[in-house]
Amino acid sequence: MADARGLVKRRAGARLWLSAGWLTLLALAAVFAPLIAPHDPLAQDLFGARLPPFWEHGADAAFPLGTDSLGRDVLSRIIHGARVALGVALIAGTLTCLIGALLGLIAGYFRGWPDMVISRFVDIWMAFPPVLFAILLIAVLGTGLSSIIIAIVVIDWTRFARVIRAEAMSQGAMDYVASAQVAGRKRFSIMLAEILPNVLPTIVVLLTLEMGIAVIVEAILSFVNLSISTDQPTWGSMIAEGRLSIHQAWWVLVFPLITLFLTVLSFSQLGEGLKDHFDPVLR
Amino acid sequence: MSFLTIENLSAFVGPAPILRDVSLTVTAGEVRGLVGESGAGKSMIGKAVLGTLPPAVRVASGRIVLEGEDLLAMRPRDRRRVIGARAALIPQDPLTALNPSRRVGPQITNRLVDILGWTRHDAQVRALELLDEVHIPEPERVMRAYPHELSGGMRQRILIASAFAAEPRLIIADEPTTALDVTVQKQILRLIREMQARHGTALLFVTHDLGVVSKICQSLTVLYGGKVLEDTRVGDFFAGPTHPYSAALLAATPKYTDPDASLTPVPEAVIDGVRAEIEAFDRMHGHV
Repeated sequence: MADARGLVKRRAGARLWLSAGWLTLLALAAVFAPLIAPHDPLAQDLFGARLPPFWEHGADAAFPLGTDSLGRDVLSRIIHGARVALGVALIAGTLTCLIGALLGLIAGYFRGWPDMVISRFVDIWMAFPPVLFAILLIAVLGTGLSSIIIAIVVIDWTRFARVIRAEAMSQGAMDYVASAQVAGRKRFSIMLAEILPNVLPTIVVLLTLEMGIAVIVEAILSFVNLSISTDQPTWGSMIAEGRLSIHQAWWVLVFPLITLFLTVLSFSQLGEGLKDHFDPVLR
Repeated sequence: MSFLTIENLSAFVGPAPILRDVSLTVTAGEVRGLVGESGAGKSMIGKAVLGTLPPAVRVASGRIVLEGEDLLAMRPRDRRRVIGARAALIPQDPLTALNPSRRVGPQITNRLVDILGWTRHDAQVRALELLDEVHIPEPERVMRAYPHELSGGMRQRILIASAFAAEPRLIIADEPTTALDVTVQKQILRLIREMQARHGTALLFVTHDLGVVSKICQSLTVLYGGKVLEDTRVGDFFAGPTHPYSAALLAATPKYTDPDASLTPVPEAVIDGVRAEIEAFDRMHGHV
């Protein structure tokens, strides 16, 4: 028992530190992008176009991950792209989580008519195809960072509402909630003080998953050119441009793709690691 | 003088009656057993008194009067306050009755601080006294523990301490020993009786175990299908129950004196009789 717990803990620890490490690195890169990036991410140099990454023949050491077909530095563009990716992940993820989790808690704990209203709304909402819905929303709202964030929040709150509702419902059936009710506590305070702490591990996992999803959604919207203006580099637009020159310069596509992949993976692993870390039984 | 009075309480889930014209009284300081099979509605009566009925249950008629206050006629907020100050619950399953993500101490003291307006420090002192009273060793350590670090018996002791903490006049014990193993059951039962006698609290003891009733209760109510079949003193009941179902229930209880004797189930004819009685009742009240 103690050994199994130790193993779970160690494994959770490694996961937690690796993913947190990558995300910290990325966050630093995003915040200090103008200082860290070796080149201006927008500076074009048609004579230095499609330079390969540093280990290949004909590389320029000043452009370690190579340049794209307009001669822009891939590394600098990835570093600047982290600003949009992380900004969207944090803001959209947090807003989605707040709205969805609150509605889920209310529906799951209060039941009755609030549950009726919220659940029917979720059902109707989830029947829309999400990508189409996003594109439609952006078309109405216009492109730009805030439009992307609004689109993600508007589409994805249902994920939280559903899962948290189910969790709140099962916690609400526990005797400790009945005891709190008998003790005369107000229902809203029971929801926040008794139920919320027990739902929190799930919220953390969902939140980090949502951050990963937000990064992907932003990339998809950039890919179809619906994200933000072209003078702000994003991973999605890099992948879209890289796709056109995949046979001549694979690195323009592959490096932002790897970054995106690692980031989304880190978010989900961070959530799992944090959940184990905060679980009172495992702790 | 009766102290808790339930008069003609009827409740439904959708069209189905789950409590049929239930009346019973608990006098101050009395221990009343509430006996019946699973689904007889005994827990529902406890929940109706405490105001924790599931949302699907609709109380159609009747009164629940606690120390002169008609609980069902009150606004929910006032009812919560009255119940919080005067009644408490010892729940069935100690494993789910403590919040798993919070330490034990605050879960005992919260009630004193929230309802009685005690200071944190006074509540803390009182909680330590109570834990000592329910024979918990090292109460300081237990106060700082998370529920999962304690055994089922320990948790039930904590819940008993917490139920008596605010000196309620009425405690509803909802099968408090069912989830425990037999040796612990006996200790917990003895503890509840000891605490009840010391604090003079009235106790409504929900159980399906007549052996438990004989040890702890002064009076009892036998339920079947949400209907009261018998309401009597415990001495009279064990001397000779008046209702055929209660007689069969008593006959079905295993005897310590003759452990090899085969168990007597409640005869089909008796069950059919009770069902007919309930159907007649429903027809009379137009529930069918």
